[in-house]
Amino acid sequence: MIFGEDVAGIVLGGLAAGMVLFVVSVGLSVTMGLMGFVNLAHGGFAMIGGYIIVLSMNRLGVPFVPALILGFTLTAALSVVLERLFYSKLYRAAELDQVLFSIGLAFVMIATVTIVIGPETQPMILPSWLRGQIDLGFTSYRTYSIFLIVFGALVAFCLWLGFERTRIGAQIRAAVDNRKMVESLGINIDRLFTFTFAFGSGMAALGGGFGAEFLGLDPQYTLKYLVYFLIVVAVGGMGRITGVFYAALIIGIMDFILKKYLPAGGTIFIYVLTILILLIRPQGLFGRSN
Amino acid sequence: MLKRLMMSAAVLVAAGGIAAAQEIKVGLLLPYSGVGAELAQPIDRGAELYIKTHADEIKPFTVKLIKRDVKDASGATAKIVVQELLTQDNVDALAGWVYSPNAIATAPLVTAGKKLAVLMNAGTAHITNMSPYYARTSFSMWHAGHALGEAAAKQLGAKTAVIGYTDFPPGKDSLAAFKMAFEKNGGKVIDEIPMGGANAVPDFTPFFQRAKDKKPDVFFVFVPGGDHSTAVVRTYNALGMKQAGIKLIGPGDITQDTKLQPMGQNADGLITMHHYNADLDNPQNKKFVEDWKKAYGADSTPDFMAVGGYDGMAAIFAAIKATNGKLDGDKAVAALKGWKFDSPRGPIQIDPETRDIIMNEYLSQAAFQNGRVVQKNIGKIDAVKDACKANKIGPCGK
Repeated sequence: MIFGEDVAGIVLGGLAAGMVLFVVSVGLSVTMGLMGFVNLAHGGFAMIGGYIIVLSMNRLGVPFVPALILGFTLTAALSVVLERLFYSKLYRAAELDQVLFSIGLAFVMIATVTIVIGPETQPMILPSWLRGQIDLGFTSYRTYSIFLIVFGALVAFCLWLGFERTRIGAQIRAAVDNRKMVESLGINIDRLFTFTFAFGSGMAALGGGFGAEFLGLDPQYTLKYLVYFLIVVAVGGMGRITGVFYAALIIGIMDFILKKYLPAGGTIFIYVLTILILLIRPQGLFGRSN
Repeated sequence: MLKRLMMSAAVLVAAGGIAAAQEIKVGLLLPYSGVGAELAQPIDRGAELYIKTHADEIKPFTVKLIKRDVKDASGATAKIVVQELLTQDNVDALAGWVYSPNAIATAPLVTAGKKLAVLMNAGTAHITNMSPYYARTSFSMWHAGHALGEAAAKQLGAKTAVIGYTDFPPGKDSLAAFKMAFEKNGGKVIDEIPMGGANAVPDFTPFFQRAKDKKPDVFFVFVPGGDHSTAVVRTYNALGMKQAGIKLIGPGDITQDTKLQPMGQNADGLITMHHYNADLDNPQNKKFVEDWKKAYGADSTPDFMAVGGYDGMAAIFAAIKATNGKLDGDKAVAALKGWKFDSPRGPIQIDPETRDIIMNEYLSQAAFQNGRVVQKNIGKIDAVKDACKANKIGPCGK
C-alpha cells in the first residue's frame, strides 16, 4: 500500500500544480495563437490578479469566492485598458518590438507593486473549509489540492464547451486558423481580440490567486514562473485549449516526479524534456502543423 | 614669532583633525531591495536601535551609517559596494552582510581595505577565515546545526532523520553540521534533499512528500528564514506530516520571530535550536524587546537577525572605545578579540582565535496558547563555539 500512496501523492500533487499552470497559461496560449503576440507580461497579470485576490481577503475580509470574482473582473478590466492603450498599437509591429514592449511592461508591473505594496511575499490565508487534509478513501491528501484539481477540471470543461459550442468560441477558433479569412467575413477581429485578451488576463488572475498558497506571491512572481507558462504553451501548441490542458498536467506531474526523485537536478530535467518534445514536434504536442 | 605661528598652526591642524574624526563612518551593506529586503530591515533596525540607545557611551564621537543596497546574493553588487565604501566614502568600518556568498566574494577587498568588517548575519562557517578583518556577531551555521544534531539524538531520542536544505553554501553547512553531530550520537541520516536555491521560495510539496515517504523520526529543515519559513511550516502541516509522527526540527530560521505569529496553530510543536528568540527570559532581552517595540511599534518584534545587527553595532562601539575613536583596522580587530558582551541572547564573546562568536544555544519548542505562539525553552548549551573551525572541517581548517 505504500507504493499506492506514493503514486497517489505524485498524481494529486502534480495535478494540482498542473491545474494552476493551466489556468494561468490558457490565456497566454489563446492570445499568442490568435494574434501571434508574444505577451511576456502575462505573468504580470497573474501577479496583479493574485494580489487583488489575496489582499482583498487579508485586508478587507472579502470571502474566498467573491475575492476570486473580484480578482478576475478587475484584472480583466485593467488588461482592456492596457490592450487599448498599448498592445493594439503593436499588433502589426515586429516580434522583437512586441517582446521588448511586453517585457518592459512586466518590469513596470514589478516595480509598481514593489513600491505600492512592498517586496515581501503575501500570505494566502485559505478559508477553513479548504484547510487541512481530506480523506479520499484510498489515501488522505491536502484538501486545497483536491479543490484545485476539481475546480481546474471544471474550468477546463467550461472553457472547452465555450470554445467548441458557442459562436464566439467558433470565431476565436476560426481566427486562430485563418485570421484574414475571418476578417474578410466581416467579423470585428479587434473586438474579438480585446475580449479574448481580457478573458485570458482574468484567467491568469485566477491562477495567480490559486497558486499563491504554494507557489508564493511576490512582485517577482511575474517573471519567476513565466518560463513554466511559456513551456506549457510551447508544448501544448498555441491557441489550443485541450493542448494547453494536457501539456499543463504533463508538465505539472513530470516536474513533481523529477523534483521528488531527483531533487538535485530536478529543475533541469523539465527543460531537457521540453527541448526533446519540441525537437520531435516543433508545433507542440497538440498543435497543428501548418 | 615664526616658530610660535607654526606651532599654533600645528595645534589648529591637529584640532581640526580631531573635530573631523569625531564622526565615525560605518558602511552598512544590506539587500535593501528585492527578495532580501525583509531580511535587511531587522538588521538595519537592530543596528539603529543600538546607536540610538547607546549614543552617550561613545561621546564625543558619533556614528554615521552609510547604507548601501547590495540587492542580491550574487556577490557582484556587494563587491562594487564594498569597493566604493572603502575608496570613495572612506568609511572607518564595514558592517552588514546578509548573504554568505557576498561575504565570500568581498573578503579580498576587505583584507586589502584594512578596516574592521562586522558580519551581522552571513552564516557560512569558514567566512571568518577568509579575511583577518572579519569578526562575526551573528552565528555560524554550525552553531545551531551541530548542537541540534546532538540534541535530536540524545534529548529527542530520534534514530533516523531526513534533511531538507536550501541548496547554497549555508544550507550545505547546516546539513554537514547536523549530520556529523547526529550520526556521532548514534542517529542515522536516511536522506538528504536539496530544495532549490535561496533567491526564490519554491513549492516545497514534492520535497516534503519525498521526506514523508521515508518516515523518519525527525525532518531537519534548513531554509534562509523569511518567506521560506512560512512556506515550510505550511507545507509540513498541509501534507499531514505531523499526524504521520514526523517531527519538524531545524535552526531557528523556521520559527523566525517576525514570521512566527501568523503561523498560528501550524507552529505548534516545532522544535528548534537557536541562539535567540524574542521570548528569551533575561533582563537584557526584556529591555531590548521593550526598546524595540517603543521604536518600531507594538506589533513589531525583534528576531535573531535584529540581534545580529544590534550586537554587531555593540562590537563597533566597543572597538571605537578601545581605539579612542581611531578605529584603525588592525587595532580594532585586536580590541574585539576576546570582547565580552551581555547580549539580549545571553552572554557572548568574540573568539580570540577565530573572530567568530561564542554564545549559548537554546533548544525551544513552540506552543500555540491563547491565540499566540510562544517559544518554550526546553534545553540550553552554554558557550558554544563554531564546531566547524573547532573540528577543522574542509575550508574551516585553513
